[in-house]
Amino acid sequence: MSFFSMPDPATARRLFLGRSGRVLSGAAVALLAGNHRLAAAADPATAGDAQILNTALGAELEAIAAYQLGAESKLLQKPALDLALAFQAHHKEHADLLSKTVEKLGGKPVAAKAKYDFPVAQLKAQADVLRFAAKLEQGAVSAYLGAVPLFGNRDLAKAAASILGDEAMHWAILRQVLGETPVPAAFVA
Amino acid sequence: MRLFRLAPTAVLVLAVVAPAAAAPDPVRGEQVYGRCLACHALAYDRVGPRHCGLIGRPAGSVPGFVYSPAMKRSGIVWSERALDRFLAAPMKAMPGTAMTYDGIADAKERADLIAYLEQAGRSAECAAPPR
Repeated sequence: MSFFSMPDPATARRLFLGRSGRVLSGAAVALLAGNHRLAAAADPATAGDAQILNTALGAELEAIAAYQLGAESKLLQKPALDLALAFQAHHKEHADLLSKTVEKLGGKPVAAKAKYDFPVAQLKAQADVLRFAAKLEQGAVSAYLGAVPLFGNRDLAKAAASILGDEAMHWAILRQVLGETPVPAAFVA
Repeated sequence: MRLFRLAPTAVLVLAVVAPAAAAPDPVRGEQVYGRCLACHALAYDRVGPRHCGLIGRPAGSVPGFVYSPAMKRSGIVWSERALDRFLAAPMKAMPGTAMTYDGIADAKERADLIAYLEQAGRSAECAAPPR
């Protein structure tokens, strides 16, 4: 069933969440299926891959904290609140996968900070929170795009591209909710 | 040898009609800065360090921020030129950096971004005491 033939937004959202879950699971399976190769490759390229994933993990952990801030701010109303929590759940899945993969590569996954510094004083309305989240998602898309060509292991590049696609959807949907052009250009940078 | 007599004229015409290199545009640079927002902010540290005060700052010197050993020992001072070189290919310019980003290949985009960072460094946001 196409997103374009959904009878209502709730049905579309259920389909979106179900599909995105399957896509991420597919990437996770690809990564975990390659564990023996990852673990065996104790070389500088592997260490480089672990560093790339650890940087991404740090950003994912911060995104989880940012959505938590938004959810607890009392500034978000349904359905924006549901959307934020759904996106936070995706970031949790990304972080979990990245953390496990860093370990498989012989690295030490970064931990979440005890405290994150967010521009709380600038968040006074729902739109402020959504705009803040949209900027984080935009940055995440660029960060993954800038990481994909760096991986020594092409399975990891594929998994990172899968996360990139998910975060690009977050960015587009947040822009749509804010009344902005959801997809502002044919390419991301 | 009429061709040779014309050549200086042709060079002059080309010099007149060839577009001058566009000046760095901080407005466009702010758009490019959107790519940095997964990890950076102007006034506070995130996955990457804050950018207020970046121009002229020794690399690895923001108090309290945990840098990679490569960044700490780089000896770089963030001039426009040093930033341009680093942003073009961070991991080639500084192997071991935690900024695992392929880089900004377009020289004009880098110049615009650096112009924005310079301008932002003089903004009210950066004039406030560090958090």
